[in-house]
Amino acid sequence: MLAFAAKRLAQSIVVVFIMSALVFVGVYAIGNPVDILINPQADQAEIAAATRALGLDQPLWRQYWNFISGAFAGDLGKSFAANIPAVRLIFERMPATLELALAAMVIAVLLGIPLGLWAGLKPDTVSGRAIMAGSILGFSLPTFWVGLMLIMVFSVWLGWLPPTGRGATVMVLGLPVSFLTWDGLAHLFMPALNLALFKLSLLIRLTRAGTREALAQDYVRFARAKGLSMERVVRVHVLKNIMIPIVTVTGLEFGSVIAFAIVTETIFAWPGMGKLLIDSINVLDRPVIVAYLLIIVLIFVLINLLVDLAYTALDPRVRLAGRST
Amino acid sequence: MNRLLALPLLAFSLAVPAADLSIALGGDVTSMDPHFHNLTPNNNIGAHVFETLVAKDAGGRFKPALAESWRAVDDTTWEFKLRKGVRFHDGSIFTAADVVYSLDRVPTVPNSPSPFTTYTKQVTDKIVVDPWTLRLKSAAPYPQMPIDIGTVLIVSSKAAAGATTDDFNTGKATVGTGPYKFVRWQKGDRIELARNDAYWGPQAPWDRVTFRIITSDPTRVASLLAGEVRAIENVPTTDLARLSRDKDLAVYRTVSVRLMYLHLDTARDKTPFVTDKAGKPLDRNPLKDLRVRRAMSKAINRPALVERVMEGAAVATGQLMPEGFFGFTPALKPEPYDPEGARKLLAEAGYPDGFGLTLHAPNNRYVNDEQIAQAIAQLLARIGIQTRVDAMPASVYFSRGTKLEFSFMLVGWGADTMEASSPLKALLATFSKDKGMGTANRGRYSNPKLDAVLDQALATVNDPKREKLLQQATEIGVGDLGIIPLYHQHNLWAARRGIVYEARADERTFAHEFKPR
Repeated sequence: MLAFAAKRLAQSIVVVFIMSALVFVGVYAIGNPVDILINPQADQAEIAAATRALGLDQPLWRQYWNFISGAFAGDLGKSFAANIPAVRLIFERMPATLELALAAMVIAVLLGIPLGLWAGLKPDTVSGRAIMAGSILGFSLPTFWVGLMLIMVFSVWLGWLPPTGRGATVMVLGLPVSFLTWDGLAHLFMPALNLALFKLSLLIRLTRAGTREALAQDYVRFARAKGLSMERVVRVHVLKNIMIPIVTVTGLEFGSVIAFAIVTETIFAWPGMGKLLIDSINVLDRPVIVAYLLIIVLIFVLINLLVDLAYTALDPRVRLAGRST
Repeated sequence: MNRLLALPLLAFSLAVPAADLSIALGGDVTSMDPHFHNLTPNNNIGAHVFETLVAKDAGGRFKPALAESWRAVDDTTWEFKLRKGVRFHDGSIFTAADVVYSLDRVPTVPNSPSPFTTYTKQVTDKIVVDPWTLRLKSAAPYPQMPIDIGTVLIVSSKAAAGATTDDFNTGKATVGTGPYKFVRWQKGDRIELARNDAYWGPQAPWDRVTFRIITSDPTRVASLLAGEVRAIENVPTTDLARLSRDKDLAVYRTVSVRLMYLHLDTARDKTPFVTDKAGKPLDRNPLKDLRVRRAMSKAINRPALVERVMEGAAVATGQLMPEGFFGFTPALKPEPYDPEGARKLLAEAGYPDGFGLTLHAPNNRYVNDEQIAQAIAQLLARIGIQTRVDAMPASVYFSRGTKLEFSFMLVGWGADTMEASSPLKALLATFSKDKGMGTANRGRYSNPKLDAVLDQALATVNDPKREKLLQQATEIGVGDLGIIPLYHQHNLWAARRGIVYEARADERTFAHEFKPR
């Protein structure tokens, strides 16, 4: 188990290295951040001074070297635009994004699996077909459009929910969370639903397909023939066997929800780290971009590890440390 | 919190108490340090907490603020009489020492991506005559000193002593003389301010002000419609008609000092993005020919751009400043739309069939920038100049433009100083690193006659004389079509009914200038 985790970590360090080098070269190729950060009224001497102040006058390899040596000392650099350590900027915004992502995944799982199961068990009923039709809409409607429609309907026309921002927060274990207040929940609901929609549709389709397949298996027929109730067959024989792909997808999707909640965060003015990334890309704020991607890589590694651990719990045949394949 | 818990979810109250104001801003703030990053959203928030010696009214005219009056003692010395009885938020008294401290702090702020030295570097000496009289000297005549110094926000020499940018972000050093006190900054989300009851000027109308950062245009509008905020800035032009019709809302607008213009490569003999109609590079650069530039200017239907693409939120122009601003030249009218005349001029210049051209434009910087570029390309195509549009994010666009990779570009210029010297210096003066001129002259237009008149203007302290010289320089530069002026944008705000805003030419959104009716 420990060796397995260590191997994963070693792999992720290689990924982080390659990624940071790519971002350095990429931002360098796009242009000089000072060209966009500096006030247009500044003259040539001031542009040169600002470029020097940010260390951008150095050759690229030296800038990268400075970054790497700083990173090993635990310093990923300061934001060009804010002069605040990039990691601090990201961590300040991270609780909001994690909360949003978690809420979205809870909605997706709590609705997606039961609905998918229903559609799988009763594929030819009106309700089963309606669920599938709904999931196609969830797949194909663009997030930003659905977000704007939600705001239009629930905030502007009905006036039920606040359109933007994060509500009142309370501190839990040192982290600000908003789902424990009414105000917070009211603000959380629409963006979480918006973010969940795609994952929800994915889970519905995945669960339905798995269910349909499992129902045709011999062990299910045998269990039925043995006289077990349908409810027990579904719970013990079907659900448990279709969980492995569902857990994998849920885990991976959770990572992508955290990393790419950008559109939802922008539409709902949710003060998360996705919005920070977009703003940073717009002004070529390289330290923030690199630190952000680095943190995302680590989150993905962690989630994958947890997914693997969940496998062993769900399926005793799966062993870690790579022997199982 | 208890109040909120008591409310059922669906009946969640969106109304705000009458004495509070929430405003949605379109651009994010990067720092509370007023000397760290010369960026409009930062300066906008800073001007609530801190003040300048000289301020601007809504129309862009200069008015006394922390300085009651100012005068040129001689060609290289300005004297500022400071306002007496002004207190900082911590109770300490404002004196000339605070001004000197602030001016000295500007060049020392570490890691500044856009320093305020632009406005302080010409000051060679600061003489405190008495606590309320300050003399600033410069090496050369410096008529714009009050304007430049009027851009620097004054911090407290006590509260900000040795303060870092972080100290301003947390509020420790965010102690000014302004109408509002700093309460809280939640990055990327909101800034909260509370009224300064001891303010020396008229009391601000709102007890508490919350600035929300909502960068997505449709969301900002939806927040106003839903009543979550009571005012917004940067109203998208697509929503203008709808908001104007809404009886619960009011739209406020005025013409901006931001000029949208086309810059052309008038310097190089061969320019990268001019081709013949088959796409082969041309041996000579037609943009160097004034007749070609004139033809292009005539081909652009400015009233149509303003009405169709900008939904009326702009004013067509044939010069640098909008009417009523320093350096406006009454003789220069917007070029009338004349495709026939344009074709004739092209033929005269030896291009009866036109040529091929690429117009580069940003797609996330100015109001409707990409659409404007598309419309211009179509208009040019009508006189035979096959124009391709290449639009890109501002982060790519400005870097490439500054490296002179383009031949023809759509750009905007905000004359922060409210006078024609700003665009003249940056866009039309000959590019020179030593003189600090032509910084944004990406077409490398150069005319020694203009440079001479401009130099003279920049050294003339007498205002009427200076304005004459600036008008003369404008006539030379625009006469040569060193740039092709298009229009001045409108600055737009919208608010719930009952809240009135005097729209400002300088794009600032000041909470204390929103008034309940």
